Amino acid sequence: MNSETLNTLNSYSKNKYKYGFVTEIDDEKPKKGLNEDTIKFISLKKNEPEWMLDWRLKAYSKWKKMKEPKWANLSFPEIDYQDIYYYSAPKGFEKKPKDLSEVDPKLIETYNKLGIPLEEQKVLAGVAVDVVFDSVSVATTYKGELEKLGIIFCSIGEAIQKHPDLIKKYLGSVIPPGDHSFSALNSAVFTDGSFVYIPESVKCPMELSTYFRINAENTGQFERTLIIADKGSYVSYLEGCTAPKRDDNQLHAANVELIALEDAEIKYSTVQNWYPGDEDGKGGIYNFVTKRGLCAGKNSKISWTQVETGSAITWKYPSCILKGDNSIGEFYSVAITNNFQQADTGTKMTHIGKNTKSKIISKGISLGKSQNTYRGEVSFLRKADKARNYTQCDSLLVGNQCGAHTVPYIDSKNNSAVIEHEASTSKINEDQLYYCRQRGLSHEEAVSLIVNGFCKQVLQELPMEFAVEAQKLVSISLEGSVG
Amino acid sequence: MFLEIKDLSVKIENKNILKSLNLNINKGEVHAIMGPNGSGKSTLANVLAGKEDYEILNGRINFKDNNLFDLNIEERAQEGMFLAFQYPVEIPGVNITPFLHSAINSKRKRMSEEEIDNLSFAKLLKSKASDLGINIDMLKRSVNTGFSGGEKKRYEILQMSILNPDLAILDETDSGLDIDALKIVTDGVNKLKTKDNSFLIITHYQKLLDYIKPDYVHVMVNGSIVKSGGYEIAAEIEKDGFQKFQ
Repeated sequence: MNSETLNTLNSYSKNKYKYGFVTEIDDEKPKKGLNEDTIKFISLKKNEPEWMLDWRLKAYSKWKKMKEPKWANLSFPEIDYQDIYYYSAPKGFEKKPKDLSEVDPKLIETYNKLGIPLEEQKVLAGVAVDVVFDSVSVATTYKGELEKLGIIFCSIGEAIQKHPDLIKKYLGSVIPPGDHSFSALNSAVFTDGSFVYIPESVKCPMELSTYFRINAENTGQFERTLIIADKGSYVSYLEGCTAPKRDDNQLHAANVELIALEDAEIKYSTVQNWYPGDEDGKGGIYNFVTKRGLCAGKNSKISWTQVETGSAITWKYPSCILKGDNSIGEFYSVAITNNFQQADTGTKMTHIGKNTKSKIISKGISLGKSQNTYRGEVSFLRKADKARNYTQCDSLLVGNQCGAHTVPYIDSKNNSAVIEHEASTSKINEDQLYYCRQRGLSHEEAVSLIVNGFCKQVLQELPMEFAVEAQKLVSISLEGSVG
Repeated sequence: MFLEIKDLSVKIENKNILKSLNLNINKGEVHAIMGPNGSGKSTLANVLAGKEDYEILNGRINFKDNNLFDLNIEERAQEGMFLAFQYPVEIPGVNITPFLHSAINSKRKRMSEEEIDNLSFAKLLKSKASDLGINIDMLKRSVNTGFSGGEKKRYEILQMSILNPDLAILDETDSGLDIDALKIVTDGVNKLKTKDNSFLIITHYQKLLDYIKPDYVHVMVNGSIVKSGGYEIAAEIEKDGFQKFQ
């Protein structure tokens, strides 16, 4: 790579991480460390019923016996679970504020800075937002309007209080607490996240969105989201995330469960922009996320789209269990790693029902000294007659100190399954840049054009309102690369 | 003077490629440079366009009252220099239409002209494409991706006609073209020719010059221009080859 390319890529670093500021706010935390008292503290703070606390404690006893999964292509020091705060809430949040007049102006200011105004009239038209700050939900917009259609959109904490039947029936039904150590951990100490229920035959008229912000130091965020789309319903949901710049690593271990009943469709999009650490690999979020969707009914569909640009470590495999006949699972992913970031991400498609279809499009872009791995598992169980999968994973390397890896597993127990797999690895090259610049585009425009072109198939899957933002984010993420 | 190259010496990786090269081009003129392989023709094209792999040892280049060495690649392009590449590179996923739209607007910005909106640009592109016999469907594809050799060259000429350069450099545009494609490409060039723009045509063979009549022909051998004259030189080379100039 020549010096000018280097300069351009370095000049992106002046852009840096825009969301790295800290909000000075008094918060309330239990003692550091994980034990039954911590869990009781969280459950008490959330004013939870007895059965919920029991559920948590059971998960905790499972977690104690488990080890972290180690198969990913990631290296990081041992996580000290006793050196983390498991709950942090701005003071005065024992009860969720009824309206914005009860919310600390500092918080409102924080979200304005992040470009997420909490006043409904200023919110993106047609998008309802649930806002989670550290361990608590701050505000949920457009709730009234959604209620008229019978749609429930609230924080998971509120759902536990108000909709215990749905919670008891579905929480942990797709990701059992004992699945692996991060799901057990999340089940024991989850704090907030969103709950969505779309009633039978209702098409949700607006995008539902959750915005997660980690603010407090040394605090883990354990979000839990549960989305249920009843028969014949449709919902599109988007989550976004940011965190301040800090020198210490912070843990984020989320669990997201989706359930689509007969003829229902869930579209779930993520723009993940947690603090990635600095140019030397100091700090950043450890992002260990379990996302799984169950296509429970016939003809149901779950589609995951993710743009992963942040976090020091990303460990994330949004998956679909295709149980209902004719159900469809999709996974579209762009993962960009720069500097010392490590991403091990992909998906799992489990074909159980007949005529089930899955599609995987993964685009990995590695810059700097980063490592980017696609890991996928496609399996066809015995009864999955005429099931199909199409997988395409492409990697783009910028510079010569980064790595791209592709680890696809395919397992078929049914002879009628059709599997297609395509993979490619390429380098951004000087000739392409020269060509674009000779037509009058700046070096920066050229790099961003080429990378965006590479990701196009995925970005076009995002809801309109966010596609433009995502493109900008892709450009910003190219910052500070060393060739 | 429109383009003035004075005493230009250039090296790449310790190898001297251009040696005290002189060339003057006025507005409205068509110049052809002919020469054997390895004589430095493509180096000259790339040095003019600003490619960074070269070391300028000596000399200067003025282009439209600018010292060319003060401008980077994109600034030269925005000032009206266009290079039709010998081997246009593929850029997957980058759609032709927005690509060219950004290109034309970056030029207009530099010239303090108003940017062209989506709709007017789409119209312009369509009409230029049909002039060149380019199928509208091709405009939906990614830049040069999966194009045949002929399509790539034709698409270079389409870009040239959209960007409407003051100085167009055609680097071996005839290579790899059959006679029909050559005719379409050269027709396109002839349509663009005005009294206000200039062309520098780099070629190996005289054939191209049957379709685009140059005002001047230069013979380049071993990094210098050894002979300049009119079209008759091209005929001479066609007959006897480059041997006698070496």
